[in-house]
Amino acid sequence: MPEKIKITINDKDYEVRANQTIMQAADSVGFKIPRLCYHPKLSIEGACRVCIVEVEGMRNFVASCAYPIYDGMKIRTNTDELRRARRDIVELILDNHPLDCHTCERDGNCELQRLAYAMGIKTRHFEGEKKHYDIDVSSTSVVRNPNKCILCGRCVRICSEVQAVHNLGFSHRGFKTVVMPAYNEAFSDTVCSTCGQCINVCPTAAFVEKNYTQDVFEALSRNDVIKIAQVAPSVRAAIGEDFGLPAGRNMEKETAAALRKLGFDYVFDTQFSADLTIVEEANELLYRIKTGGKLPMITSCSAAWMKYMEQFFPDLIDNISTCKSPMSMMGAMIKTYFAEKIKADPKNIVSVAVMCCTAKKYEAARPELMVNGMRGVDHMITTREAAWMIKSAGIDLVNIKGEEFDEPLGMSSGAGAIFGATGGVMEAAIRTAYEILTGKEMPDLDVKAVRGLKGIKEGAVMMGDKEIRVAVAHGLGNAAELLQEVRKNPDKYHFIEVMGCPGGCVGGGGQPYVGLNCIPLDEGLLKKRAEALYNLDKNKKYRKSHENPDIKKIYKEFLGEPLGKKSHELLHTHYKQHFPQGIIPGGGKC
Amino acid sequence: MSKDNTPKIKELKEFISSVKKKEYGDSYLIAVLHKAQDLFGYVSREVMDEISLAMNIPTAHIWGVATFYHYFSLSPKGKHSVSVCMGTACYVKGADKVLQAIKDHLKIEVGQTTKDGLFTLQEARCLGACGLAPVVMIDDKIYGNVTEKNAVSILKEHIQPL
Repeated sequence: MPEKIKITINDKDYEVRANQTIMQAADSVGFKIPRLCYHPKLSIEGACRVCIVEVEGMRNFVASCAYPIYDGMKIRTNTDELRRARRDIVELILDNHPLDCHTCERDGNCELQRLAYAMGIKTRHFEGEKKHYDIDVSSTSVVRNPNKCILCGRCVRICSEVQAVHNLGFSHRGFKTVVMPAYNEAFSDTVCSTCGQCINVCPTAAFVEKNYTQDVFEALSRNDVIKIAQVAPSVRAAIGEDFGLPAGRNMEKETAAALRKLGFDYVFDTQFSADLTIVEEANELLYRIKTGGKLPMITSCSAAWMKYMEQFFPDLIDNISTCKSPMSMMGAMIKTYFAEKIKADPKNIVSVAVMCCTAKKYEAARPELMVNGMRGVDHMITTREAAWMIKSAGIDLVNIKGEEFDEPLGMSSGAGAIFGATGGVMEAAIRTAYEILTGKEMPDLDVKAVRGLKGIKEGAVMMGDKEIRVAVAHGLGNAAELLQEVRKNPDKYHFIEVMGCPGGCVGGGGQPYVGLNCIPLDEGLLKKRAEALYNLDKNKKYRKSHENPDIKKIYKEFLGEPLGKKSHELLHTHYKQHFPQGIIPGGGKC
Repeated sequence: MSKDNTPKIKELKEFISSVKKKEYGDSYLIAVLHKAQDLFGYVSREVMDEISLAMNIPTAHIWGVATFYHYFSLSPKGKHSVSVCMGTACYVKGADKVLQAIKDHLKIEVGQTTKDGLFTLQEARCLGACGLAPVVMIDDKIYGNVTEKNAVSILKEHIQPL
């Protein structure tokens, strides 16, 4: 039994667990003290002072996020004086913040806006100097706008503590403090993995994704091109949240219908190309095992992870699967296989990917992923951008009549669906590798060891008489930890899955901003989104990628065989070391 | 970084390995930056990269510390440092006009260095010589009762004939 102590909050007595902060204790008994810089998954900053409370016997208000409770502590969370002080604090933050809510990206989703409302700020009492900095739009994925920054430091903490990228820090001091990369380097030249988690945790719009919706609208208005969309697994598991639906609702059919209403001629499913990825990747794994190739093989689907690896773990490049990601495989198939099928010049195809990700914007622009001199994916928009386009075009996603994806790149197995959750790629690959290696049906298709939100998961699967040892990491910090282990102990695993974002793609940097009473990275939310995908898997006719009839067809009609010549040309790639500035502890030169 | 710096870099690295062994080695970052500034006269980006590698501290963090403290100079300093006191006493006695005169003469802003590399201009907060206000300090020498007119001639004292 954990030790219990007695405290008083707002004149009521409570018995709570010892060894926690005032804020945690208050949360546990139903007082949600207003807060801003605090995030339960990150270290305590105590920067914003919004969460101040009164403690009997203390001369000053204390920051409840950072102050531990003690037996007999008497706390007040909502006195007149506190309310005034909190209101002043938030007003002072607002004072150095642009007053452009109605044109701001985060309007309606901004924590500062909500807080200002909750504090009852009706008039402004302070008028002072405002900061003016250039907006950094150099990155393909992330836009940094210091003018909207309130210096809560969540981005700095997530970038170092969770993602282990260490790209951001506070520079200068006092009024001139700015969150920036080292040397105020343009974002495009930094170690930024483009994962977009800074966007997810930012309470305002100091970080937002690079918006490509206008490019897509322009493409959609053209009659001389064929407009094709593909939708990532995790998009369907989260897009409903942007329309007020509870988390975890599968909006697959609605999304397909809405994209067609937006003007796309064909809507394909990235889950199809996830199946394709698995067939290639499972074969690649078995080929490496058979021929004594480089092991452990590490997955390459996550775009943020690929950029991170090139910078911080270039010594493991030969371990990385040469398979392109499902998005890029789909892009390649659209511009070759499908173009041939509909007898279209691939130059007249505009291929748009709707992804839960910001890093895929970077991936889409990678020169090494070009297909016959063209980009496989011309534009990539996030779940948020897609939701905005749907709303902006006046399409009612919630009540729309659902439609199926288009053939021949729309049918998927359950293995393709679970790609969006951490462990999903591994599970999907195991299902296929097992059958190829043993020639037998896998007794239980659910690989429970690799499911769930534990940072690093390990497991072993017996395939006939061969034991395949696997590991899964999600979030780049966990990935770094796992790969340090691989450096030390290269024979420990055969196969490793890495996803750059906490929770996998369902927690991607392009997913809807969380609603009221929820926090970014919330495990409950990530679980619900993942559940939508596991339910999809459970109810699919085919649950193994290689059984997907359209996958069989594409090999028969076009690709030949897995790892064959055509596959190699269109579905595989190679990565190379990159040298931007920045150091990761233990990582070496980058 | 020019090749002449190799011995200095070596000295800096030796200093880093000596402090790294100590408990809380990372906390010696400020001391290391001091050492770097002593050696090179300023903390360059290249030096911060070297420190990052040797100490295993992300550059974003080093950049944060180096920009936080005014003591650290991020660009090369001139041969002479000119500090104009902008403390209260000096200010009311016309330090702003003195500063303007110096800026006009040297054609630089505060924090910058003249093209010929002779002077770096700085503002100072009270040098503790309020009785002499307004005060200008050049290197470690204090000049009192400076006016717009004599400020320029004081500067000229430091220009040695070639």
